[in-house]
Amino acid sequence: MSHLNADMRARAGELVALYPEPRSALIPLCHLAQEQDGWLTPEAMEDIGDLCGVTAAEVRGTASFYDMLHTEPVGTYVIAVCTNIACLLGGALELLEHAESALGMRVGGTTPDGVFTLHEAECLADCDQTVCVQVNHRYVGAQSPETFDALLDDLRAGRREADIPPHGTLVRVRRSVPLEAGRAEIAAERKAMAQAQAQRAAAARASGGDGGATS
Amino acid sequence: MAITDAPKIITSRVGYDDSFTLERYLATGGYEGLRKALAMTPEAVAAEVDAASLLGRGGAGFPAGRKWSMMRKNPVTYLAINGDESEPATFKDHLLIERDPHQILEGVLISAYALQVSQAFIYLRGEFALGLERLQSALNEAYAYRAVGANIFDSGFSLDIVVHPGAGAYICGEETAMLESLEGKRGFPRIKPPYFPAAIGLYGEPTVVNNVETMSNIPWIILNGGAAFAALGAGRSTGTRLFALAGHVRKPGAYELEMVKTTFRDLIYAPVLGGGIRGSNTLKAFIPGGVSAPWFGPDKVDLPLGQDEVGNEGSMLGSGSVVVMDSATCMVRAAWRITKFFSNESCGQCTPCREGSGWLERILYRIENGSGREEDLDLLMDLSDNISPGLHWPPQQTTICVLGPSIPSSIASGIRMFRDEFLVHVKEGGCPFD
Repeated sequence: MSHLNADMRARAGELVALYPEPRSALIPLCHLAQEQDGWLTPEAMEDIGDLCGVTAAEVRGTASFYDMLHTEPVGTYVIAVCTNIACLLGGALELLEHAESALGMRVGGTTPDGVFTLHEAECLADCDQTVCVQVNHRYVGAQSPETFDALLDDLRAGRREADIPPHGTLVRVRRSVPLEAGRAEIAAERKAMAQAQAQRAAAARASGGDGGATS
Repeated sequence: MAITDAPKIITSRVGYDDSFTLERYLATGGYEGLRKALAMTPEAVAAEVDAASLLGRGGAGFPAGRKWSMMRKNPVTYLAINGDESEPATFKDHLLIERDPHQILEGVLISAYALQVSQAFIYLRGEFALGLERLQSALNEAYAYRAVGANIFDSGFSLDIVVHPGAGAYICGEETAMLESLEGKRGFPRIKPPYFPAAIGLYGEPTVVNNVETMSNIPWIILNGGAAFAALGAGRSTGTRLFALAGHVRKPGAYELEMVKTTFRDLIYAPVLGGGIRGSNTLKAFIPGGVSAPWFGPDKVDLPLGQDEVGNEGSMLGSGSVVVMDSATCMVRAAWRITKFFSNESCGQCTPCREGSGWLERILYRIENGSGREEDLDLLMDLSDNISPGLHWPPQQTTICVLGPSIPSSIASGIRMFRDEFLVHVKEGGCPFD
């Protein structure tokens, strides 16, 4: 019995086919499962294990290493407030404190209605926009306590649905084509080129060159 | 000094609203470098990159051409591009990925041709949701344009590129950890030797790992020649570099500057760049190359932005991020937050890093919050010395990767430069900046 729905199964198959080894698709498949369920469920880990040729325990063992993969439910909107050095200098600890009181919970918690989860994040690589905040891994611009309250209002009222999908949906652009170059064709192309290179090098040596431009 | 006269090699398009589209890319010379490269021999393409003396832009600053030439002795199987930008206060790859994804793809294609690899992967940091969408869209466009895939531009050269998302782990920026992650495993750095994935990389096959910004330079180098690139900058630091300026400056941002020809003073104070320190405060210290780098005081502000120029003074240009801290900054708090970061991101394989980072973080926390003791300063230095013997830069290593030895940088800098400030925290039983 598959936990992933038919559409997700199809997309999972496409992902696995992109790699020389199926296990390489493990993390992309975890993102896919989170897109369906909002988090990484034990049932999804069974499916992913089957697709990658590993056990569900190995999927959990890998997934638990990564901050973005949640083995417990999280809110519809996961709010990540960066407090690393650039944001610290821009007042991040104060903003985080404000966020806790605005949401009525501590960092790491989820609101009882299941709408918001609050995380303290490491650097999100947008350091000229401090304090840097992401909602479901989408940047929402430099935040202060005032703008943060407005952001919560917008999220609650559904005014950000177009640019911030529910938690779990990471990439809304699907790869348009499978791999185009078959392994046999690539191998033949590379072999022919290697032979041509060897001939050029030999010709250069014969004409008194230094063995070609590569050395 | 003419700060802005050098050509914009990698940021020429970022001013356009539609800079990430194929249409804009083609209208501004896009994929011309690839067409030119495909008409050359692979060894001639590699020779141009060698001639450019392009240093890798990921942080270690290893010459890209030399990395490639190690490979050319053996057939290369994979090219893996590192777009896992996570070094705190570094945000230049983020800009290049979101604003000019086709430029990265073109760089990857040219490099893959030079190295004759069989497949290329671009590993992007998972938190870059928009970047992942932009790069995947660009890749879809490039396939339709026949710049990627089978028989590219009817040249007889074929290549597939896969955009691969990470899932939130700083350590996956370490190249062997990135390969582990790309294999679907925990991001544990691999034991060295072999020092380079050139020997044993992805799935045990020879693999070249290059940074996103490194790739972004390749199309320009092929179009304009390696010599034109090498003519910019000075010494080993050729070309331009995208510097990410953050912290207490009026105009933080990413600035593409000619290497060596610009100083930290220019970057921080020039009106067209950082615009000076915010408010009426003065410069207290700055971090010259990501939080792994030892700090500099105002006495070092006239150093040029060059790899060796910074390296010779005991720090590093690293990831190209500069963090400015003004006179109102609490250095204990800064060192504590940076150490907390390393503690969070230690992968846990090596005891000195895993345990040491947590101990150091807790000691710094108690000093900052009024429970510190005078002997804590010696304790911090002693623990740091156990992670990185001698506490100098470049560091000695007791761990598999360089994350561990990076932990003491901010602590040793803080205590050496601002010992009195640490002691005031202890004597007054709290932070004087609160």
